Amino acid sequence: MSNEFEPKVLAFVCNWCTYTGADLTGTSRIKYASNVKILRLPCTGRIDFLLILKAFATGMDGVIVSGCHPNDCHYTSGNFHARRRWILFRSLLDFLGIDTRRIRFSWVSAAEGAKWAEVVNETVAHLRELGPYTEYHKVADFLSENPTKEKKETEVLHE
Amino acid sequence: MNDIISQARSLLENKTVDIFIGYEKGTRGPRPAFISKSEDADKLIFDESCSGNLAVYLTRKDLTEGKKVGISASYYALKNLALLFDECQLKEENLRVIAFSGNGDLKLLQSAEEIKQHVEGMPAPVNPAVEEQIRKIEAMTLSERWAFWTEELSRCFKCYACRWACPMCYCTKCIVEVNRPQWVQPWAGTLTNIEWQINRVMHMAGRCSECGACGAACPLGIPIYLLNKRMADQVKENFGKPGEEGNVLSTFKPDDKENFIV
Repeated sequence: MSNEFEPKVLAFVCNWCTYTGADLTGTSRIKYASNVKILRLPCTGRIDFLLILKAFATGMDGVIVSGCHPNDCHYTSGNFHARRRWILFRSLLDFLGIDTRRIRFSWVSAAEGAKWAEVVNETVAHLRELGPYTEYHKVADFLSENPTKEKKETEVLHE
Repeated sequence: MNDIISQARSLLENKTVDIFIGYEKGTRGPRPAFISKSEDADKLIFDESCSGNLAVYLTRKDLTEGKKVGISASYYALKNLALLFDECQLKEENLRVIAFSGNGDLKLLQSAEEIKQHVEGMPAPVNPAVEEQIRKIEAMTLSERWAFWTEELSRCFKCYACRWACPMCYCTKCIVEVNRPQWVQPWAGTLTNIEWQINRVMHMAGRCSECGACGAACPLGIPIYLLNKRMADQVKENFGKPGEEGNVLSTFKPDDKENFIV
């Protein structure tokens, strides 16, 4: 067993393109990093921005958001709406100092099994360089991870 | 100043409005006044110092439901009125608006179209201090920004004054009160405070009048308005002037530009 850091990655994928694409990766016997957990949603338009924050708060080091290419959405316009949302969300996160390099957005169609493997492998390699997302995890769990702060927070003042 | 008194009084006397929302003299500055009797209209004032955003009261159902409302509106309140009309939250027949015209006189506005045209002709107040602060934060490194915001937002004790002060935050059931699932934990803590602010700012994307009432309402002086202001700037930068073809996040263009999706 190696002691190398294994990033935890959560992938939010749409049912119609990327999930089917990931299926194709498997049926084509293409091997890719096993760090990723795939969460299937109906459409990229369904992916609430809070879900991504929750992924980091529950210990993920990176997130992949993937769906149909523009003009290929099963629901016609879900990915267009999602794209607008991600443009604004990403800039807001960046302004707040949240590491947007850890969120990978991609379009992977049902025919792009090889691209899915590539996206996952690249994301995992990139996260290996960045290391665990301790900054965010610490805030998510700051009382148990930070004894001094815990003491301060639970201090009872008698004045 | 006599003008606002006589105008409001005549609106109330003629039963054109049931309640008039305006300003009266407060201890340190003007404060909101809710006048329903014409004889009380004497205490109304309306001048340049009345720069607050009274539009927030128009969507408070306990105050305005089923009533005809008169309101004295400054620049940002007018902007919010236009936005609320776009979102079908106001009825023209139930609203009378008193605003400053260009030469300092008062003008009575009735229709959404009139309000929109009037506000477009008004000069937008500028706030260089806000711009400067945004540039300062943008110039920081990622970890400096994170340190800055976690420090600032760790102070928040979740009073939700930012929500109450905002005319566009009118949902009767807010996501933070939904507990199946509990999206944002109800206690005050750095993470849930950050999540709440992200949530608030995302929900305001393209709907913000940039009045700054959220930041002014914060009892701890957390610069949360910077988040809204920057979001409004980003909306303009990426998608042009908001409101032209509907809400920014409920519309799209097939050729929206981005550089991060592979």
